[in-house]
Amino acid sequence: MPGTPRRAAVVGGNRIPFARSDGAYARASNQDMLTAALDGLVARFGLQGDRVGEVVAGAVLKHSRDFNLTREAVLGSTLSPWTPAYDVQQACGTGLQAVTLVANKIALGQAESGIAGGVDTTSDAPIAVNEKLRQALLAANRARSTGARLAALARIRPNQLVPEIPRNSEPRTGMSMGEHQAATALRWNISREAQDELTAASHRNLAAAYDRGFFDDLVTPYLGLTRDQNLRPDSTAEKLATLKPVFGTGENATMTAGNSTPLTDGASTVLLASDEWAAERGLPVLAHFVDAETAAVDYVHGEEGLLMAPAYAVPRMLARNGLTLQDFDFYEIHEAFASTVLSTLAAWEDPAFCKERLGLDAPLGAIDRSRLNVNGSSLAVGHPFAATGARIVATLAKMLAEKGSGRGLISICAAGGQGVVAILEAAK
Amino acid sequence: MSDWYQNLANSGVLGGLTRRLGLPQPAVLRRYSPGDPLLAGPALVGAAGKGALVSPVADVLRAAGVDVRVELGDERVAAVVLDATGALEPADLDQVRTVVGPALKRLLPSGRVLVLGRPPSQTERPAAAATQRALEGIVRSIGKESRAGATANLVEVAEGAEGALESTLRFFLSGRSAYVSGQRVRVSPADVTPPADWARPLDGRVAVVTGAARGIGAAIAETLSRDGATVVCVDIPAAGQALSTVANRIGGTALQLDITAADAPQRLVEYVTTRHRGADVVVHNAGITRDKLLANMDEGRWASVMAVNLESQLRIDEALLSTEGALGAGARIVCVSSMSGIAGNRGQTNYAASKAGVIGMVEAVAPTLTDRGATINAVAPGFIETEMTAAMPFGTREVGRRINSLSQGGLPVDVAETIAWLAQTASGGVNGQTVRVCGQSLLGA
Repeated sequence: MPGTPRRAAVVGGNRIPFARSDGAYARASNQDMLTAALDGLVARFGLQGDRVGEVVAGAVLKHSRDFNLTREAVLGSTLSPWTPAYDVQQACGTGLQAVTLVANKIALGQAESGIAGGVDTTSDAPIAVNEKLRQALLAANRARSTGARLAALARIRPNQLVPEIPRNSEPRTGMSMGEHQAATALRWNISREAQDELTAASHRNLAAAYDRGFFDDLVTPYLGLTRDQNLRPDSTAEKLATLKPVFGTGENATMTAGNSTPLTDGASTVLLASDEWAAERGLPVLAHFVDAETAAVDYVHGEEGLLMAPAYAVPRMLARNGLTLQDFDFYEIHEAFASTVLSTLAAWEDPAFCKERLGLDAPLGAIDRSRLNVNGSSLAVGHPFAATGARIVATLAKMLAEKGSGRGLISICAAGGQGVVAILEAAK
Repeated sequence: MSDWYQNLANSGVLGGLTRRLGLPQPAVLRRYSPGDPLLAGPALVGAAGKGALVSPVADVLRAAGVDVRVELGDERVAAVVLDATGALEPADLDQVRTVVGPALKRLLPSGRVLVLGRPPSQTERPAAAATQRALEGIVRSIGKESRAGATANLVEVAEGAEGALESTLRFFLSGRSAYVSGQRVRVSPADVTPPADWARPLDGRVAVVTGAARGIGAAIAETLSRDGATVVCVDIPAAGQALSTVANRIGGTALQLDITAADAPQRLVEYVTTRHRGADVVVHNAGITRDKLLANMDEGRWASVMAVNLESQLRIDEALLSTEGALGAGARIVCVSSMSGIAGNRGQTNYAASKAGVIGMVEAVAPTLTDRGATINAVAPGFIETEMTAAMPFGTREVGRRINSLSQGGLPVDVAETIAWLAQTASGGVNGQTVRVCGQSLLGA
């Protein structure tokens, strides 16, 4: 009988190094990568043949054959085949939403353990047939006579053989995510220098974390890759300043391939459990999952920037928990673009935004920037869309365990004008 | 990789040709797999001098399901066990000739000759010491005369160590010691409890194996797991994918750790104390080679080999031994040395130094462990078939394979079996020793 809610524990995580698109994992499927990430997690925590409560994961770019992607990955892994699994998808929020779902079930006593994760490939992407060709083929399939079938097929034209390739653009605006963010960066007056400095720090922090062995128990090499392929340890703001802008127009174009996250392949997982489940197995509790909030904004009618939803989600979550923005030891703000992080921080410091949009008497204020993405984030690591959430949760949980106290804030923006945020607290 | 010549020598027509030409005859060795009987045939148990151990040894063997004979009949035997602990005068040695000699002609394939003696230094008279030391010469010679995969070994049973003998007796008679020959092992008095099940002597034990991602380390992890241990597989982070595959195959855990890192000992201690109730078995297997003639040796090659092969072991052992609860009761530390550490090897001053150093470390640490019922020993592999030897030039590899009494290279599992024997709780009488797994190689012998 489930009792009063408890806090789910983050036991640990595992991911494969993230690869640049058409890089080391060009021939690996989502299922291959998610299975590898799961197997690494199983090996780290000795879960071979164990039935965990459930495995929840997803992918943003997904083949239709992968309707049961996570369950198939479980069956291919060394977990017990009696482990249930399901897929979720909320664009780049997929991973953190999966963590929230598992954590909530554990909190309610509906599960004692679970694995959350995500995977994405932009290399082994699904390619669909042209929409007109698809209609013609379906019509031919519906036809009851040979004549009708031939008539349906006769409507196929050579130009219909051009396939449909997934696009990185919003269906309702036709604008790419970068173009959307360029508008937001302009709105918040984010400078090129600030973006390049944030980017260089991401690479520097990630490289230092690898060098000190921080990722030894978070990452398992895969297909010859031992570190994230996008990492440039010698990156500097000066070098980044030489790149040509790729989003925005004219003098106001500040976003480059350097301060924007590249397309990436990879998978990540995180093991959650009740404290009792972990203790029975001699497994550590790195942190507890405290709360989460999801928000969406109306970017379609120009009311708000596409990637600004976390700016709304965080204050709602803070209010509910009686916390201020300054009550955190670590801030993990997903670096979709350097300017996304900076726009979000600028909004929280802006009295007008906080009053008019958030309905607050005073701005949330500034954060201590030395606590931001201290072991690097997506600009350096890369960002296989659905894999980012579990990466951040496992990384932050370990940071809290190393510190031995305090709490951390996670903020992840997502396509469709959405955002998922969460709070972790160090285990006592 | 497969040994093409061994396959040829064991084939029909061409195999006969190799025999007529007097070429080496590498037999297919009897190796242990779960469920195998200790011996594939009867064992002859005899004595030279007054054999005080004949009766207890026969009892142990009978309890283990062995058909024990005290006289050689017409039937072939799988083993000869000779109790020479009572041989005190050179004249007594003639009984070795009369008992073992005829049995050698009746030995089944992969037969075993096991001679039990006393440590010569523990005898009271020069004649007794000489007689006991003579056994070593006899056993090493029998090893070189043996055919069809037979081995010969000498166990020095110290006064009062009879009760600590069984695991060693079983090891040398079984297929687990397939590639161990011409060796001398001493068993000292120790308070040992036999395992509940000799097929799973490591049940309930937690074993740490370094360098477990591939080769000999992976075989060690698998063998310890087969014998019942829960294995913590350690290797450098870059080897993580192979490491997790090994860990998942044997139901162990993967610990990605660079053992040369400054905080590695502390991280390992923390791991075994939080995830387990300390480590019961620690196998220092991780090792690298960076060969160069000494005249051309650079600092990097020298330092990296020392750091991985020797310094990491010293630092980890120091941390484990000085931290309360890091090692379980009756802990077993087994270090992988090398034949190069005994014989030296051209181009391997750094490697040989590190591997000889391991032997020195084992001898120095061993006496400090007796109080806590723990042991530390080393194994020194000879030519073992691994990815490393497969990459050798053809000629070097063929010579390496043949210059031993069994005329073949050993397998990683042969090293692993020897380590698994030393890792047993019941092997508490074996301490501070280096056991070669080399098929009685001519190098350094």
